[in-house]
Amino acid sequence: MSAITSLTDKDRIFTNLYGYQSWRLDAARARGDWDNTKALLEIGQDKIIDTIKASGLRGRGGAGFPTGTKWSFMPKEPKPDRPNFLVINADESEPGSCKDREIIRHDPHKLIEGALVAGFAMRARAAYIYIRGEYIREAEVLFAAVQEAYDAGLVGKNACGSGYDFDVFVHRGAGAYICGEETAMLESLEGKKGQPRLKPPFPAGAGLYGCPTTVNNVESIAVAPTILRRGAEWFSSFGAENNKGTKLFQISGHVDKPTVVEEAMSISFRELIEKHCGGIRGGWDNLLAVIPGGSSVPLVPAKEIIDCPMDFDGLKGVGSGLGTAAVIVMDKSTDIVRAISRLSYFYKHESCGQCTPCREGTGWMWRVMERMRTGEAEIAEIDMLQQVTKQVEGHSICALGDAAAWPIQGLIKHFRPEMERRIRERAGTMGGDLAPMQEAAE
Amino acid sequence: MPKLKVDGIEVEVPQGATVLQACEAAGKEIPRFCYHERLSIAGNCRMCLVEVKPGPPKPQASCALPAADNQEVFTTTPMVKHAREGIMEFLLINHPLDCPICDQGGECDLQDQSIAYGRGHSRFDENKRAVTDKYMGPIVKTVMTRCIQCTRCIRFAEEVSGVEEIGAIYRGENMQITSYLEKAVTSELSGNVVDLCPVGALTSKPYSFEARPWELKKTLTIDVMDAVGTNIRLDSRGRQVLRCVPRINDDVNEEWATDKTRHAIDGLVRRRLDRPFIRKDGKLVAASWDEAFRAIAAVDHGGSVAVVAGDLVDCETMYAAKALARSLGSSLLEGRQTGMDYDTSSLAAVNFNTTIAGVERADAILLVGTNLRWEAPLVNTRIRKAIKKGAKVFAIGPEVDLTYPVEWLGDDLSVLGSLPDQVGELFGKAERPMVIVGGAALKGAHGAALELVDSLNLVRDGWNGFNVVHMAAARMGGLMLGYAQKGGIADVLGAKLGFFLGADEVDYSRFAGFKVFIGHHGDKGAHHADVILPGASYAEKSGTWVNLEGRVQRGERAVFPPGDAREDWAILRALSEVMGAKLPFDNLNGLREAMYAEVPALREQGLVSFDWQVPAIGGGANGRIERYPIADFYLTNAICRASPTMQRCSAELIHGEEFAEAAE
Repeated sequence: MSAITSLTDKDRIFTNLYGYQSWRLDAARARGDWDNTKALLEIGQDKIIDTIKASGLRGRGGAGFPTGTKWSFMPKEPKPDRPNFLVINADESEPGSCKDREIIRHDPHKLIEGALVAGFAMRARAAYIYIRGEYIREAEVLFAAVQEAYDAGLVGKNACGSGYDFDVFVHRGAGAYICGEETAMLESLEGKKGQPRLKPPFPAGAGLYGCPTTVNNVESIAVAPTILRRGAEWFSSFGAENNKGTKLFQISGHVDKPTVVEEAMSISFRELIEKHCGGIRGGWDNLLAVIPGGSSVPLVPAKEIIDCPMDFDGLKGVGSGLGTAAVIVMDKSTDIVRAISRLSYFYKHESCGQCTPCREGTGWMWRVMERMRTGEAEIAEIDMLQQVTKQVEGHSICALGDAAAWPIQGLIKHFRPEMERRIRERAGTMGGDLAPMQEAAE
Repeated sequence: MPKLKVDGIEVEVPQGATVLQACEAAGKEIPRFCYHERLSIAGNCRMCLVEVKPGPPKPQASCALPAADNQEVFTTTPMVKHAREGIMEFLLINHPLDCPICDQGGECDLQDQSIAYGRGHSRFDENKRAVTDKYMGPIVKTVMTRCIQCTRCIRFAEEVSGVEEIGAIYRGENMQITSYLEKAVTSELSGNVVDLCPVGALTSKPYSFEARPWELKKTLTIDVMDAVGTNIRLDSRGRQVLRCVPRINDDVNEEWATDKTRHAIDGLVRRRLDRPFIRKDGKLVAASWDEAFRAIAAVDHGGSVAVVAGDLVDCETMYAAKALARSLGSSLLEGRQTGMDYDTSSLAAVNFNTTIAGVERADAILLVGTNLRWEAPLVNTRIRKAIKKGAKVFAIGPEVDLTYPVEWLGDDLSVLGSLPDQVGELFGKAERPMVIVGGAALKGAHGAALELVDSLNLVRDGWNGFNVVHMAAARMGGLMLGYAQKGGIADVLGAKLGFFLGADEVDYSRFAGFKVFIGHHGDKGAHHADVILPGASYAEKSGTWVNLEGRVQRGERAVFPPGDAREDWAILRALSEVMGAKLPFDNLNGLREAMYAEVPALREQGLVSFDWQVPAIGGGANGRIERYPIADFYLTNAICRASPTMQRCSAELIHGEEFAEAAE
């Protein structure tokens, strides 16, 4: 992986990630946003999509589906009564993730320009930005930024003087994690209860209000104008094969300096931490495990993650995933069972309740995890818990069921001895016998 | 027509069919909870998971997956078995173990499927969830802890009944099904959610703790609460009908029944006439059959005999009464109790010609003076289906909530003569236009409505769009048997002797002669009678009914009439002997043969084809429709007026009374 060099400032897309400058339109223009966007649109719709395809950009929302390919699924000639729509997913609620927030509050014009370019490429009539309910200040910035863009004629009728009419609407969510799932987001936008839809039909066929729709992550959209300006080759010069480009990594947990940083894909975990976070708290020997992609991917123990390239395929290779690149670092002071149990509680709390395995399974898993935390369980229940996660995984309508199952599977895979130790210890304090006392039937 | 393989069996299914339907076509049973043929697909119970190739390496919900060419479906692999056992376990972990006190016991999908597809033991060691019960009205009892969130009830309320008053609140394992603000669901079809509920969360309130399904005798018959002729099954134990549930008949009621159909049955054991009465000195006094017959025979009628048929009677009763009147020298028969006198020279002109199922295919609909939601709720649901396919509806009459969008053209009937442009435009383009004339317009605008046949081109190849909607189960049969005078009931008022067959809607003050009431309930007719002969209700006799579209249907006897009451035709046969005009049949089959000889169309069950003729009535249409004929959906006949459930429904749902529920 020595070919992966780390990013220099001149290659950073998000140049105001830390808010050292103003987010306003004039400042954004000074940073190069909205610079002759008309010319970008004049590249032509199909060529824009081809460029994005060539750049190797994969969706930044977690699943990593190639963005250009996704755009190409949209009808080339939308009917007047069934316009195309772009929906931008800013419902960033995954524990650990905080990149979209930085983009929106410090660099909102990157997103709005991206919305126009992407929307134009997929022949969309309008973009809906669905922003997480808890992002109150961020939503205020976004509302103001969109208004600025309208006032400057950058979006709206004859956007940027290109002759293309394109509206941008900002919609605030109400704080449900599940509304970050693309079809649940469409339901929520339509004013319904946020519950995922059955697929097929996929949103590109029948999405928002039954019209062809593409749902993209904020980061995927925001990088599009820069890719067009600097070219697909530039973007694809970063990262390993099939994992191209730059990426916002969000490192939290037991590092010296938690941060959000734009880096080249496929950078190794060690380099990422050393360079930007000041190392692991207490040194590398003190590293216990890492959740590399936000709460829904399985954790990876220290020895496997240290030299792993941080990209889709590299993390898949260690049984986890890149997700949103929300790296949660845990050192040896962490109560790892409690940490995963807390995530189980999150999924239990955020399950929408539509389909059986997730509705019933998340609550069950959390309750067993809580007993695992205290050791108030039996050894055999670890296997039962593993089976329950397997009964949830792959059986639900959306991926929340999988997301609830994977952290527990990761825990059992890597930290089963720790779970057994607690159960034994607890049994010891309770009288030294492994088998708990038989209780009378009620 | 995709061809696919299910467990190695090759099947071909229609375009648009799901994998679940393909599996059924291959004879494979797929367990399901949320999927229902007549509702939209939810795909949320996940019980119907199957393995499909090509596809992702995880099981797929077969109810939501379109069948495609070259698919290979597996329903018995370890992956499928594991998935089903897992879902079953999840459904059961929070389901209470209260089967012994659950009314669904014995006919519960969850019981059946857990035996067939479950593991047979539980690993769940935590506390079970408890959910507070919700109030859904006088018909539906809720035990929400049992709910498995299949959302069938939500989809039914929204899609079929058109009343968006059931929904889900909260999320995750706290998700609860509830009615809007926990008020009674204001649908006349709410009882159907009880049948739809796969578990015991929604059960029938009037029937609660009454019986177990296996101790009931099941009798197939026809409902008489309206003219739709809903196919029903009466479940009885001993001498009492305990439950009424719909049977599946796609031509008539699909698998729905109105709340009145289901729950008026508790009126069958109340206010019953169980012995003959004779009026002496202005008071009704109990008498023997012999005394009652002799009192009638003593009337000097001189051939001036009238028969007035009520709304619920069967064709056999009407035929027996007609034969008696004929042998007494009269043909004064009338069934339209409230004074309607529309032209009956062509029965096609007073028939629902499009047929009930045909409504779904209509693309332009004009309602003239009909509140279909009350007059024929199950025709109304068909209009909802037509609208879903793109039909548009206009209506003339006072505005009411028909559960779908309607463009109202005012309540002045004169608009029939000069329909607004948008109506002409729509009907001009329509391929299958239809007009439905209700009771409120039949009186003054029958002729004007018939003129629309030509002006709107309602009758074309394979399509007849002219419809009249009746409200009485006896109506079409009565008209076929000649129960109609030119001047309506006014023509029979002068008779010296009148037989009233369960006629409870007649204005008796206008009838001066001797009144014999043959019926089953102590209602209006019995109050005015000079002699009461206790008869049988629809549940207590085998009979023939013809529904509003002219469909001949026969029902069976479920229970015996109470006390001294007898089947109506037998009463008339016995009376005829005392009156010296003996009827020529001794049993029901003999009666039927005689009836068929006179009206051959009644012999075969199914649609009668009336010759399409448009009688020249003319007369134009004037005047406003003040109100629709039905003032209170729940209290339209003697049986439902005697039913405490229907009285409660009326008070609560129509008159807005509040009922405090005792906390359990």
